[in-house]
Amino acid sequence: MHRAEMIMAIALMALSSVFMIMATDLPIGWVRGSGPGGGAFPFWLSAIMFVSAAFILIRELRKRLTRQQALRHFIDSVALLDIGLVVGALLITIGLMHVVGTYIALPLFLAFYLRVMGQHGWLLTAAIALITPVVVFLFFEVTLRILLPKGITEPLFYPLYAFFF
Amino acid sequence: MEMLAHLADGFALSLSPLNLMVITLGVTIGLFVGAMPGLGSVNGVAILLPLTFLVPPASAIMFLGALYYGAMYGGAISSILLGIPGASTAVATTFDGRPMAQQGKAGLALIAAAVGSFVGGTISVILFTLFAQPLADIALAFGPAEEFALVLLAFTTFVGLGGDDVAKTIVMIAFGLVLSTVGLDLISGQPRLIFFDLPGFYSGISFLVLAIGVYGIGEILWTLETTRGRAQVMTARIGVKDLWTGIKLLRHSLRTMTVGSLLGFFVGLLPAAGATPASLMSYGMAKTFSKKPETFGKGAIDGVVAPETANNAASTGSLMPMLTLGIPGSPTTALLLGGMVMWGLMPGPMLFIEEPDFVWGLISSLYTANAFAVIVNLALIPLFVYALRMPLSILAAMVIVLCIVGGYAPDQRLHDVWLIAAFGIGGYLLRKLHYPLAPLVLALVLGPLMEKAFRQALIAAQGDAMTFIERPLSATFLVVAGLFLLLPLAQAIRHRKTPTEPANGSAGA
Repeated sequence: MHRAEMIMAIALMALSSVFMIMATDLPIGWVRGSGPGGGAFPFWLSAIMFVSAAFILIRELRKRLTRQQALRHFIDSVALLDIGLVVGALLITIGLMHVVGTYIALPLFLAFYLRVMGQHGWLLTAAIALITPVVVFLFFEVTLRILLPKGITEPLFYPLYAFFF
Repeated sequence: MEMLAHLADGFALSLSPLNLMVITLGVTIGLFVGAMPGLGSVNGVAILLPLTFLVPPASAIMFLGALYYGAMYGGAISSILLGIPGASTAVATTFDGRPMAQQGKAGLALIAAAVGSFVGGTISVILFTLFAQPLADIALAFGPAEEFALVLLAFTTFVGLGGDDVAKTIVMIAFGLVLSTVGLDLISGQPRLIFFDLPGFYSGISFLVLAIGVYGIGEILWTLETTRGRAQVMTARIGVKDLWTGIKLLRHSLRTMTVGSLLGFFVGLLPAAGATPASLMSYGMAKTFSKKPETFGKGAIDGVVAPETANNAASTGSLMPMLTLGIPGSPTTALLLGGMVMWGLMPGPMLFIEEPDFVWGLISSLYTANAFAVIVNLALIPLFVYALRMPLSILAAMVIVLCIVGGYAPDQRLHDVWLIAAFGIGGYLLRKLHYPLAPLVLALVLGPLMEKAFRQALIAAQGDAMTFIERPLSATFLVVAGLFLLLPLAQAIRHRKTPTEPANGSAGA
């Protein structure tokens, strides 16, 4: 917990430093007669963020830890595995949407999640993995006319477009 | 009298067949969302907002308002039947709701929660109706200087009353405000903070992307970690006779309900407070003033009524500053505000003049939603008992799919979906380290308004910063904001003087 706290404070300080450097592209000072320039708001707020994060870091460094506090983990290994799998599956799914499109990526995600994470039976997994994309298609594409990314599977949808639109 | 005429016009809009359907659906989904552990009103609104493109803006807002209401009712269901709060707003309901269920009085507890919610909702909607127009009239006199001071005041309430670590709160506010400046500078039109020169950042970071990330993906990750192992669902059956005995018993709780409603409404007005602290405070008040305080925590009916009245009243209370001043009173109303801006309905005093039909339609829809929520709630109890047995993995999978698709829909860019994933993971890690997320979301929503008001005020005053102090209303807001900023400091000094005093800072949270 203690180490995670310090890493987060340092990460926030680094992030705010990047913000500050980027904000200097526009004037960060006071423009005579009209108030602050375009970069002033992001710059000075990032500065406040930096100072507060630095305060958290210093406070954490000065903290005397009891043995119990020092041993407490940020996350236990079982939860870490669960969270890691979900995050991994999420990122792969979004990546797949670029390539093979929503209607391949979503069923794969659902199948993985329900089968591996949820340990549900194949029947339930297959039912949800197949029905969800159909509902998504009918709601977003047919009703709202919002086209979801299809990647290389785009040509497969031409007959459907012709039918619905 | 003019108000009643407005309200009647409003009902004409909100009782149209489409809107009635939308409100019923919103209440039902809200009840479900509220009842599921891990999902509350803010998660429901964030995840479902993109789906509301289906209906006209006014109906969409009514849907989300009804969902907000329903979720406040729904939270009690899992607090009582599972012993796990369905949403943070229903934490206090577990204190006595769970013991009641264990004593076989789950049905009575659910009735008490529903009736309490109804009374809290009704009293606060009446207060809302009475105060909305006068408040909007006062706000009409606001110029950019006052707007800036008011937004600043809203943020300082998080520092002074938020109850979270002060340094972490300030980090989150500043972070949210910086994120809100990404894109084109609103005065000069020049691009700024375009990370990695990605074209997606030119149009800024949408509040919806942050909200879906933090309250959708982040919440699921959080729930995955915290609710391992399943609690036992208590069954409850409610007949007409139970309802009657319940209502008779509740006559004794009238005072608790009144206090809870008033307290909830006024606490709800504050951006940093809201339904969760209001319900805890109401519980504390009911216990303090009870004739039998020793029964609290062991299944006292007032212990269920008090928090449930207050959390519904608070949700209405937090809608008022959002609608009249354009300053949301809670994260959920911040999302409603973001949604309204997206649909071209800029909340604030001008809305009462330009779109009176919409404003009064929305207010009247709250009466309808409140009535429907109590009916749907009591009628569908068996269904909710069944739904609570649904495995978390199915719910989580559905929520993640909705986050991906719903995050893509508004602007149709995968760029946004990647950002959602990033905010989800980042938000989860920040939350684990006790960084408050509500000020982050609020800052992103209010950031553009704050910067615009600040710079407009200065341009109008030819760069003279004294304009904020010379205008009396703006000066007043700034002084109060300053007091809120100093509040934690004063508390720290007082604690140092009396070190034996137990830390009860959460009471004002």
